[in-house]
Amino acid sequence: MSATIQITETAQSSVRRPREVVAPRAPGLLADTWNVMVRELRPVFREPVSVLFAMVQPLVFLGLFAPLLPKVEDGSALQWFVPGIIAMTALMSASFTGANLTQEIVTGSHERLLVSPLSRSSLLVGRALKEIVPMLMQSAIIVAVVTPFGFDLHLGHVLLGVVVLAGFSIGVGALSFALALVSKDQEWLFWTVQQTLIFPLLLLAGVLLPLDGAPGWLRFAADLNPLKYVVEAERALFAGTVPVDTVAYGAVASAVVAAFGLAVGLRAMRASR
Amino acid sequence: MTTQHTTGPVIRTEGLTRHFTRHKQTVEAVRGLDLEVGRGELVAFLGPNGAGKSTTLRMLTTLLEPTSGTAEVAGYDVVRERRQVRRSIGYVGQGNGAGHAQRGRDELVSQGRAFGLSRSAAYARAEELLDAFDLTEHARRPVSTLSGGQRRRLDIAIGLVHTPQLLFLDEPSTGLDPQNRANLQEQVRRLHDEQGTTIVLTTHYLEEADAIADRVVVIDHGRVIADDTAAALKAGLGDLVTLGFENETHAITAAWQAEVLLGSRAEIERVGNVVRVRSARGAETAPGLVTELAWQGVPVTRLDVASATLDDVFLELTGRSLRESNEHTSDDTSDDSSEHISENSEGEAA
Repeated sequence: MSATIQITETAQSSVRRPREVVAPRAPGLLADTWNVMVRELRPVFREPVSVLFAMVQPLVFLGLFAPLLPKVEDGSALQWFVPGIIAMTALMSASFTGANLTQEIVTGSHERLLVSPLSRSSLLVGRALKEIVPMLMQSAIIVAVVTPFGFDLHLGHVLLGVVVLAGFSIGVGALSFALALVSKDQEWLFWTVQQTLIFPLLLLAGVLLPLDGAPGWLRFAADLNPLKYVVEAERALFAGTVPVDTVAYGAVASAVVAAFGLAVGLRAMRASR
Repeated sequence: MTTQHTTGPVIRTEGLTRHFTRHKQTVEAVRGLDLEVGRGELVAFLGPNGAGKSTTLRMLTTLLEPTSGTAEVAGYDVVRERRQVRRSIGYVGQGNGAGHAQRGRDELVSQGRAFGLSRSAAYARAEELLDAFDLTEHARRPVSTLSGGQRRRLDIAIGLVHTPQLLFLDEPSTGLDPQNRANLQEQVRRLHDEQGTTIVLTTHYLEEADAIADRVVVIDHGRVIADDTAAALKAGLGDLVTLGFENETHAITAAWQAEVLLGSRAEIERVGNVVRVRSARGAETAPGLVTELAWQGVPVTRLDVASATLDDVFLELTGRSLRESNEHTSDDTSDDSSEHISENSEGEAA
């Protein structure tokens, strides 16, 4: 009799208890980062047209500003202008990206991720690394658009160029996420800061007009702008040359932006609750 | 083969306290909370907006660090063992767990992967949950295009991907229409009954706490002011029997008769030709009372028996109606203590 009762009890308890957590192992930092990046990329792949959003302004400059450039003797103005526009697109796209996080903060999915076992670091690094993908897609679109208009394509050099640009995208993306985390649900704050910073950065990098004739103080300010070195490296590479010092300066500037951005971003994400 | 579902509490807090600083003022959102929740319980934290329910939940789910006191969730300390706590619990917040730019199935898969499921296991689990929550046909749509009810179901499905033994739901039915609210309550109930999941939810809806929770923890001004089953809380207050009479004279006589019959066991009050009697087991004593009064020549012309509501309980405990408290706090922004401050003052607290 007592045996029967024993069995019944056991059966009941096994029915009533939920199944154990299905995951036997805790994913590590790399797996976490990969998972965050894949999650971020899904909307990009599901809706590839979305990468055009950040390209509106660069394309306007390409269409309406490039034709106004004076003719230069060594090659077309387009050859000089396109690398700058690609860098501009990378800056726009990566600096917009925090807005997605702002939306996630407002709607609540950020909070859900904070309570998940994903580490804080992976939530930032995974997001920032993902910026490479839209940057590649956008660069490809721009090159495809300008090539029929007399742009001289040096594919190998262009590929090296986007490698240099990748660090810049990651860094700016991380800074944009940091700005979103600090702004929290105040979307206006995010956009005000983003818009205020973006044009000085572009002008001080010589993206639209060369800095050759600039007054001393402006050149000094431009020398402090990492984007200037990135743009110079891109211009050299897109022209089909590989001047080691220019490219190295560009790569270092890009790496510095990446390191600085990730450091600031990680700080902001670790403080995020 | 001893029964494992009775091994210690799933949640244990000791002196759990959280202060917020805003405009140089300290707000004590949660004050010295001592609480135990056992395995398999379904508990509702009930209280007006700003009572400290959500702040408590945010501390238990590692979103907020306590100012003082300790809390253990699923056997892990919420400050020192955050990652283990996060792996052990399911959490459905007030907002949408699913990202609006994402698609439903993708979010379920992402969540599964975050908990370490293999790709195929994550997809299989996503299908299972989409089916269980009647979302299969919406799985490919961006979350932003789903209706409020569909989104909420998706949020709960996401919270359940790793089949947690302990599930937190923060105001799960806020913003849902009555139909969807009823569906949600049924789903929560079923999850508890069929899987034995321990569930802790916050609500400022009395009806909700009443309808689904086995145990109601009433929280006000950051303190637990009552903790019992809804039935016991209400039984303590008794039923309200309202008797109508032809005229005031009859009512006066009846009130006096009722006093004689029920004595100190009842609170009796007369207004015009209506007599109100509040007593334990009022529903059972009412028929006898009506017959007796008829014998005494004061026939009852109208009878109404109402069991106590949780609102009556809240009124009895605090001197305020819960409904009024909700309206009051939502209007008065200077007093919406915990929930909103938690967003703003985190920078200072961190």
